[in-house]
Amino acid sequence: MTDKTGTMLYLDGVSVAFDGFKAINNLSIIVHPAEMLAIIGPNGAGKTTMMDIITGKTRPDDGQVLFDGRTDLTKLDEAAIANLGIGRKFQKPTVFESHTVWDNIEMALKKPRGVFATLFYAASTADNARISEILETVRLLNRKHELAADLSHGQKQWLEIGMLLAQDPKLLLVDEPVAGMTDAETVETAKLLREIAKTRSVVVVEHDMSFVRELGSRVTCLAEGSVLAEGTLDQVSANPVVIERYLGR
Amino acid sequence: MITQALFRALDKKAIWIVAILLAVAIAVPLSNLMLPDGHPLRLPNYAVPLFGKYLTFAMLALALDLVWGYCGILSLGHGAFFAIGGYAMGMYLMRQIGTRGVYANPVLPDFMVFLNWKELPWYWYGMDNFWIAMLMVVLVPGLLAFVFGFLAFRSRVTGVYLSIITQAMTYALLLAFFRNDMGFGGNNGLTDFKDILGQSISAPTTRAALFAASAIALALAVLACSMIVNSKLGKVMVAVRDAESRTRFLGYRVEYVKLFAFVVSAVIAGIAGALYVPQVGIINPSEFDPANSIEVVIWTAVGGRGTIVGPIIGGILVNVGKSYFTGAFPEYWLFALGALFVVVTLFMPKGIVGLIGQYRRATTKREQHDRTASAEAEAGIEPTNQPKPAE
Repeated sequence: MTDKTGTMLYLDGVSVAFDGFKAINNLSIIVHPAEMLAIIGPNGAGKTTMMDIITGKTRPDDGQVLFDGRTDLTKLDEAAIANLGIGRKFQKPTVFESHTVWDNIEMALKKPRGVFATLFYAASTADNARISEILETVRLLNRKHELAADLSHGQKQWLEIGMLLAQDPKLLLVDEPVAGMTDAETVETAKLLREIAKTRSVVVVEHDMSFVRELGSRVTCLAEGSVLAEGTLDQVSANPVVIERYLGR
Repeated sequence: MITQALFRALDKKAIWIVAILLAVAIAVPLSNLMLPDGHPLRLPNYAVPLFGKYLTFAMLALALDLVWGYCGILSLGHGAFFAIGGYAMGMYLMRQIGTRGVYANPVLPDFMVFLNWKELPWYWYGMDNFWIAMLMVVLVPGLLAFVFGFLAFRSRVTGVYLSIITQAMTYALLLAFFRNDMGFGGNNGLTDFKDILGQSISAPTTRAALFAASAIALALAVLACSMIVNSKLGKVMVAVRDAESRTRFLGYRVEYVKLFAFVVSAVIAGIAGALYVPQVGIINPSEFDPANSIEVVIWTAVGGRGTIVGPIIGGILVNVGKSYFTGAFPEYWLFALGALFVVVTLFMPKGIVGLIGQYRRATTKREQHDRTASAEAEAGIEPTNQPKPAE
């Protein structure tokens, strides 16, 4: 494929099979710095598996996965990859329910992750200001002392996005961020992600077409583990193969 | 840094527990030693080591709670660390017997003379020194937990599988310590102790001192655990318990978090075991029995896991119950214990402490609900999507 330097995420010829079933088949994707990429595709297209590979949960059988043009992600584990600057939001919002909203962000805040550094950690004024700022951004500041378990589904999604921001990643992987959100919340989320993508790379996996339109980004359609079509949303959705295999009749 | 962490640990609850334990550490010896015989407030001699034993059990339950309640690691082998701490103390006490043993050998404990051993095994060297023995009380359980935990957590053994291998660990140790060749007294274990630090082990003053030491050790363990669980690391431990892979994706090395909790917990359990042995006067391989470790889980569950005070209450209450039951209706104790576990699991998943918390939350929630409902009715807005007024 093309030049690796200057890319934030570089996947080339990646394949992985589970019990003979090819979940990802010769997949190649490039994401540039401060760029947003939306990934669409039918169920089982391998969208979540792709995220698993990037974040170190699944090892590819074949192919190259590079971060920042040089770091080989296939050799690292989840924690190391997270500390490199890759944040992931899960499809099902997973926040720490028995902690307060504030503590959720505090744990995600980019700080030394070692056992003893964490044991003796005391929040500085700057840390507290940063946490407040993030909570302001995701509109949860007035609920900071409540348990994450008491948030609505949409608010949990936002809290998780807030945790991503706190990690200060260079690349965000966001899996179905607007599932279970109201229309108004969806519009807000698109606005927030566009804002984030001004300084960071963002990969969004989504089914909701109107949301993808709001994002206004480059779109890649996956099917059966490889790229079916690429381009703007209009180009991709006008593609006859995409219509046949995904958008449907 | 450390003072800050300590300050944070001293939340109101921890201060109360520590204050009560220190008061008990003073009151029980005073009542036993100072009050005349027959005084209604005088604690009889037999009760002092008995209560001391309860405190060491409470400490063991607290140790288990640190890994189970806070970090989600259900160890079914925590009795092993307790027993190893106990054996280290037992070895010191054996060496203090000297020529007063049946065979009057100045160096070898009786069971070694009986087995026709000519010299002390290497691992018994230095155990006649109290401080070396105390070092071993901390070091050996800690090291075992470190090696075991490192291998288990790095291989990502979790849940039921981890519980099973902890059970296997304590069972393997049980079988090993039964063997005479191990040099720990085999089936009979270590007993017939005479002195500790030059004081007769059965003297009321020594017993009172051992009781006070148990209460103080438990207070220190409460402080240590409270400091850990109130730190950011404590929050990460709970995060590991609730959503392990999420914590990993945040960049935390889950295996090291677990390892830290496991080792600290094993050390606390070891110290508890070392305080237990001089108060009951014997340590033998039955302490490694897997059933013992499971009983510790029940104490913790009854008291309330994931709290500091819960396991202490559970450890003491269940054992007081056990003392009463095994005296009054010895044949029914195991049924009572089994029934207790079933009732706790079904009706009070958060134990005694959780029951109090549940009740308190239910009342405040009802009040809060009434308040928000009326406020929303007045404002005429939909209850959803609206931030609730901050507490």
